[in-house]
Amino acid sequence: MAKQYETVIGLEVHVELATKTKIFCSCSTAFGGAPNTHTCPVCTGMPGSLPVLNKQVVEYAMAVGLATNCKIHQYSKFDRKNYFYPDNPQNYQISQLYLPICYEGGVEIDTPAGKKVIGIHEIHMEEDAGKLIHDEWEDCSLVDYNRSGVPLIEIVSEPDMRNADEVIAYLDKLRLIIQYLGASDCKLQEGSMRADVNLSVREVGAEKFGTRTEMKNLNSFKAVARAIEGERARQIELLEEGKQVIQETRRWDDNKEYSYAMRSKEDAQDYRYFPDPDLVPIIISDEWIQAVRDRQPELRTEKLERYKKEFDIPDYDARIITGSKKLADLFEETTAICKKPKKVANWILGETLRLLKEKDMEPEELRFSAENLAKLINLTDAGTINGSVAKEVFEVLFGEDIDPEQYVEEKGLKTVNDEGALRTVIKDVLANNPQSVSDYKGGKAKALGFLVGQTMKAMKGKADPGSVNRILKELLDEA
Amino acid sequence: MANKISDETIEYVGILAKLELSEEEKRQAQEDMGKMLDYIDKLGELDTQGVEPMSHVFPVHNVFREDVVVNGDDRENMLRNAPAVKDGSYKVPKTVL
Amino acid sequence: MDILSLTATQLGSKIKAGEVSVTEATEAALAQIKKLEGTLNCYVTVDEEGALRRAKEVQKLIDEGTLSGPLAGVPVAIKDNLCTEGMKTTCSSKILYNFYPTYTAEAVKKLEEAGAVILGKTNMDEFAMGSTTETSAFGVTRNPWNTEHVPGGSSGGSCAAVAAEECFYALGSDTGGSIRQPSSFCGVTGIKPTYGTVSRYGLIAYGSSLDQIGPVAKDVTDCAAVLEVISSHDKKDSTSVKRQDTDFTSALVDDVRGMRIGLPRDYLGEGLDPEVKAEVLKAAETLKEKGAIVEEFDLSLVEYAIPAYYVIASAEASSNLSRFDGVKYGYRTQEYEGLHNMYKKSRSEGFGAEVKRRIMLGSFVLSSGYYDAYYLKALRTKALIKQAFDRAFEKYDVILGPAAPTTAPELGKSLSDPLKMYLGDIYTISVNLAGLPGMTVPCGTDSHGLPIGLQLIGDCFKEKNIIRAGYSYEQARGAWKAPQLTETAKKGGI
Repeated sequence: MAKQYETVIGLEVHVELATKTKIFCSCSTAFGGAPNTHTCPVCTGMPGSLPVLNKQVVEYAMAVGLATNCKIHQYSKFDRKNYFYPDNPQNYQISQLYLPICYEGGVEIDTPAGKKVIGIHEIHMEEDAGKLIHDEWEDCSLVDYNRSGVPLIEIVSEPDMRNADEVIAYLDKLRLIIQYLGASDCKLQEGSMRADVNLSVREVGAEKFGTRTEMKNLNSFKAVARAIEGERARQIELLEEGKQVIQETRRWDDNKEYSYAMRSKEDAQDYRYFPDPDLVPIIISDEWIQAVRDRQPELRTEKLERYKKEFDIPDYDARIITGSKKLADLFEETTAICKKPKKVANWILGETLRLLKEKDMEPEELRFSAENLAKLINLTDAGTINGSVAKEVFEVLFGEDIDPEQYVEEKGLKTVNDEGALRTVIKDVLANNPQSVSDYKGGKAKALGFLVGQTMKAMKGKADPGSVNRILKELLDEA
Repeated sequence: MANKISDETIEYVGILAKLELSEEEKRQAQEDMGKMLDYIDKLGELDTQGVEPMSHVFPVHNVFREDVVVNGDDRENMLRNAPAVKDGSYKVPKTVL
Repeated sequence: MDILSLTATQLGSKIKAGEVSVTEATEAALAQIKKLEGTLNCYVTVDEEGALRRAKEVQKLIDEGTLSGPLAGVPVAIKDNLCTEGMKTTCSSKILYNFYPTYTAEAVKKLEEAGAVILGKTNMDEFAMGSTTETSAFGVTRNPWNTEHVPGGSSGGSCAAVAAEECFYALGSDTGGSIRQPSSFCGVTGIKPTYGTVSRYGLIAYGSSLDQIGPVAKDVTDCAAVLEVISSHDKKDSTSVKRQDTDFTSALVDDVRGMRIGLPRDYLGEGLDPEVKAEVLKAAETLKEKGAIVEEFDLSLVEYAIPAYYVIASAEASSNLSRFDGVKYGYRTQEYEGLHNMYKKSRSEGFGAEVKRRIMLGSFVLSSGYYDAYYLKALRTKALIKQAFDRAFEKYDVILGPAAPTTAPELGKSLSDPLKMYLGDIYTISVNLAGLPGMTVPCGTDSHGLPIGLQLIGDCFKEKNIIRAGYSYEQARGAWKAPQLTETAKKGGI
């Protein structure tokens, strides 16, 4: 019988923190500036410049640590990781090796076999590197230090995951926690959340771990899943052929669905860590920890329970809404304005999710305001517009965040409430459709639907369907 | 000399330090480093058991900055000293093969 | 009036009184530089135009009453490892041969705010690594007392420039004795303050945990006045210390009655030149006669300071100097194949032998498998050395000893045996490891007419004790005397 293998996976997740400034200097962290326009002597490694720690970085790191059940090192330090590469202007990265700020935590994930805790070995603070752009014309690379010094936390898990599903569940959980804390927007595609996968295989039942490799360059959940499958297969094949897995860093190529070794003679991978003499220790008091704990916003589980209780929202709906910080924020803000939680939930679960799926967008990319959604709900509720008009207006709102009141006014979409005018139109419809009238009288209920449709058409959609139904039935009974 | 620095070690340290030494420089470096390490080994005479390594002489801690953007665009100045520049970026030999 | 013979604070008073103009003082210094630089080579860069322009500006501010401090209008020389915006800053290294900083070091800024006129940048051992100023990529600096001898290092250019009156005072930096040892060799006064007293922002780092900037001048009064100006709590330097007691000139008091002065036997034993020893003991005797309580004691651990220092300083240097790679500034080799070859060639061609030696050593002691045995061991030794000083300062206000075991060696005699050269730092290095303030005050000459320096060491943040002791000694010793330059040196020859 063929040997059975088990995959053992640990993750190193880098998250860019949502601070306004870099970790060691007062340059902006904003995305999208022209190359090197957010740089200064500190983040370009000018001789004589010195780093000064951004307090907000410590607070965010602590907040994530506490929310993932970590302990806090109340005496923490920064170390230098020494290696030469042009995206790293000092040729050392300021990171934490010996005394990382958080340690020994974990988060719970759902698996088909039930709940499982994924351990967190540590969370440390460090600085991001600059960006290298490869110039094909001149066969050279160009360095942009705008991202150099953007604060990161690296969340190092224990090797507790066994398959891609667990990895995705763990990443999802981390993302949600961090988004709820407001510590980062955690966008994999944009690189504000990045996962390196440490993977080894061993025969089922074996006690010792196999030799692991580290895979980098995974920029979507799908890439993570494919890389795990690809690397697992590669390692098993090596073992089956009686070869050894080499401990190394590999780069995942998602197009070719294969990983490539990144080693070269010039990368000795001997980082010569030592405490950074330019930075002083961080001492975290019990009071400080408590203050960060007290400031912790409501996280997903609490929010879920509250929605069910406070707004009487079904469990399934509440789960979907709280499954994204953005959707939850939208729900709460809209409800606060229009006071109609169930209607808000319906709009989010219905039209919002439908359009997100249709346009292949993430909830984080939603651009319309709670204020305008509330207006739309109020317009519908007041009968100012009918349901199908509301859906049309929402599509525009989704794309352009228009003011529904103004839009409805300008486009003349208001429901006509003039009963006299409606009666006149219906009388005309009945007169023009004698066959349907007799069908209805003959017991064919379907005919009523046709007549409603004809009326709405004549009204250019702006009639209240309830009134149309009532008047139609009344006049048919009279006829 | 008690500390013999091998050719491999000098080669390896050269890679770490990004220094390319001539054969003569390598031989000299082996000798110098060996002598220095012999001398440094003197520290072995000291009983330092239970002594905390001292990185900072004074107990200064918790020096922070507030999270406020102060620096603006100073690209021209930052690039002024660069040996090679293109499109507002530092130009370096190709980093991927 | 001979402007050049004035001390910095004397010149400051005369400028304030309108007896000397800032331009006159600047021109006098520039003339002296022109006369002697061909021989001495104290400067890497002289900014004649900038200095004269600045002199006029400062004079205007003095006339308006905006500037009134004791150093307003006094020309200064700055060690070439301190960044000066728009003025070339090389660290005496080929790798920074064309580097023009975009900002000015905090200590220099403080001087500028006090009305200093910067004459130029002084020569040094490359990246402050050395004890002779012979490792400079821009030629050796010669000792004004005897041009066949070194000025010491690494702040050799600053100390020689003060001694030769090519400036009225200077800034240096001290990582293992780099202010105190050349001050001793050049017969000038220099202070290394307590670690954290002067901001390191803009000081191109050698050993970050040991580096401090300090003044070099003709006497203690000048040093106290300059230190008072450059001391600051700087938010840009995380290791900067908030101090209230930086009114150092208040300690310029001629009174050492009851002051407890300890002479470490460890500083007076084997290896110490007998002539140096005799002059240092004579200085101690002088202080005793003035009412100080002077006694010998055992400091201990002195022989461990040098090995611990070379591990720590080299390790930090190997990391600090990795940023010089031909990408962002400085030297890039002409021909290369690929990135790593560019790094290696630029660095190998750009750095001198001593710098490479220390980078190699530092990289080795931090490399995998050696960190605990070397680096952590050195940090533990540092802790023990600090404790030894703590014990000493329970008994003494000031520790007195020589600044260096010998007077200035001849040119070309030191670099061939690095280890022997390192041993010359034996009396200064532990002061950096323990973060203490130390000062050199000239205390005589040897039989060849070369200066001897007295070192006064204080407890952390107790600069005032050494300033008081140094000032009192100076009152007994008499005013500073300039070296008698040989006739050829005076004419600009060697």
